[in-house]
Amino acid sequence: MTGTSLIAAPAISPSLDEAARRFAAKRRRSLYVGALIFAGLAALPYAIRDVYLQNVLVLTLLYAALSQSWNILGGYCGQISLGHALYFGIGAYATSILFVNYGVSPWLGLGLGAVLAASIALAIGWPCFRLGGHYFSIATIVIAEAGLLLMQNWDFVGGAMGVQWPFNPDSWATLQFARDKIPHAHLALGLLVGTWLVTFVVAESRWGYGWRAVKDDPAAAQSLGVEVFRSKMAAAAISAFFTAVGGGLYASYVSYIDPESVMSFRFSLLFALPAVLGGVGTLWGALVGAAILIPITEISRSYLGGTGSGIDLIFYGGLVMVVAIARPEGVLSLFKRTRAARNEEV
Amino acid sequence: MSTDPSGPILRVDDVTLAFGGLVANRDVTLDVRRGEILGLIGPNGAGKSTLFNLISGVYRPSKGRILFEGTDITRLPPAERCRRGIARTFQVPRSFDSMNVLENVTVGALARHPNAASARRAALDTLERVELTHRAEAVAGELTPPEKRRLEVARALATGPRLLLLDEVLTGLTPSEAKAGVALIRRVAAMGVTVIMVEHVMEVVMPLVDRAVVLHLGSVLAQGLPAEVVRDDGVITAYLGERHRAA
Ligand SMILES: Nc1ncnc2c1ncn2[C@@H]1O[C@H](COP(=O)(O)OP(=O)(O)OP(=O)(O)O)[C@@H](O)[C@H]1O
Ligand SMILES: [Mg+2]
Repeated sequence: MTGTSLIAAPAISPSLDEAARRFAAKRRRSLYVGALIFAGLAALPYAIRDVYLQNVLVLTLLYAALSQSWNILGGYCGQISLGHALYFGIGAYATSILFVNYGVSPWLGLGLGAVLAASIALAIGWPCFRLGGHYFSIATIVIAEAGLLLMQNWDFVGGAMGVQWPFNPDSWATLQFARDKIPHAHLALGLLVGTWLVTFVVAESRWGYGWRAVKDDPAAAQSLGVEVFRSKMAAAAISAFFTAVGGGLYASYVSYIDPESVMSFRFSLLFALPAVLGGVGTLWGALVGAAILIPITEISRSYLGGTGSGIDLIFYGGLVMVVAIARPEGVLSLFKRTRAARNEEV
Repeated sequence: MSTDPSGPILRVDDVTLAFGGLVANRDVTLDVRRGEILGLIGPNGAGKSTLFNLISGVYRPSKGRILFEGTDITRLPPAERCRRGIARTFQVPRSFDSMNVLENVTVGALARHPNAASARRAALDTLERVELTHRAEAVAGELTPPEKRRLEVARALATGPRLLLLDEVLTGLTPSEAKAGVALIRRVAAMGVTVIMVEHVMEVVMPLVDRAVVLHLGSVLAQGLPAEVVRDDGVITAYLGERHRAA
């Protein structure tokens, strides 16, 4: 009781009210900016006629959403996963198998896959979050590779042959659109908006503060009442949930999946990179990073040939090093710097 | 609950902790009275920080018990001890360096506030009390060392503790900063928070504390009023040195 009286101010000073008001105004502004940007992105596919470029747009939005999901665990909570391809694959396979083999609506499949992925993330987190920093990252790589091998040898899910979606007329019920790319651009954008909103809300909540505290200094975090282990588990489950939704959407987009095409290590990198490139643990980093990285990747891929060559992996590795050396806080920090400088002058 | 309001707020009961062969705390027994400022002193490596780690739950003792407000907390994890009213600072400041000062303190305030909005208000209020408001928007990683210590205290205070463990928060400060720090600790104590503070500079600690406990090689060498402790022969030999005998 005595301890509390230290904090409870005798009268809330006007400056406190003022600070609270300013903060709320800042939050509202972020929301308006978000609404504006997303509205622009929703209109964008209509402005692009070229099917190839539309495809690039769909992938950019999808990777932005996936990186936004990765960012919840990797960027905010500081647990660097290099195995999110596992959750992507779980979403893709759950949605595909349920639809193709059992006629379950892909919408339901997305949800079930997401819940399955979140559960598996918790099962993996249980032992792995007791490991220190780098060991966690290595464990995620190993587990995702094991998942890939399992899928390749599991006949029930088509083994190495994969799963082919049947040919059906275009429909929002089955998420199948033979030629039209615009629906999937909007589906991917929907997922991006969803993950952005979750990030926006959670970042300013008990969990968000807890995650960032855990990322910066777990020992200090727990001394201040943060449940470190539980924080990591929650971040992992949310992150895996949305990654799996992305996997399911991707499967409905490409209509054919096999283990290599949804679960290879390349994907794990591609989920982490946009956020790292744009700015980890930031609201817009994933989208900025994806908007830079994915078009380059897709366009260079059509020149350099398939994904098997590993050239793209070298490119990603090089890119990460350049970012790490030149601007560890990501591309977004370029703008922050100028704003801080501007404030200084005033 | 069997909380006796007149009993000690903290009881360290025959606690031992060894790191391998090195016994960092040996059979440590001490009571901390409600509302007092207790000085914990002793030479480098005496086991002061280790005792803080035991009280805050970073380590569990290999022997003995720790009771807070009459309840055995020996096995409780650190976060739970914080919620029960024990807060601490770290000898080497551990600020959340990617967050700004206000966000750092908000983490602490969330320990007893239901949501971020009310925690932020409480954090702003705490910042005012420790006179750090002008740095609220500064990134913690860019603070000066004295500011970092102040942030440590603010963050711990924001959790609304009844027992506050301060590990060398006045160390490395200029005389005027140290004076402000002492005033802050007095204010905290005046609000009814019990304080245990580790400090090396005798001229600063002794006038401030109600009682002092001297640790040496992991054991309690002496305890009592500051004036008694500094006259203790064992303490002079082990820690204070001849300079103090003369004084
Ligand atoms: N985690 C650890 N592992 C091994 N030894 C440790 C550990 N922590 C502390 N020690 C050892 O325990 C002894 C007591 O250390 P402690 O940090 O408690 O001393 P202290 O009284 O706080 O000293 P100082 O005044 O230098 O801060 C020292 O010999 C130290 O090296
Ligand atoms: Mg120490």
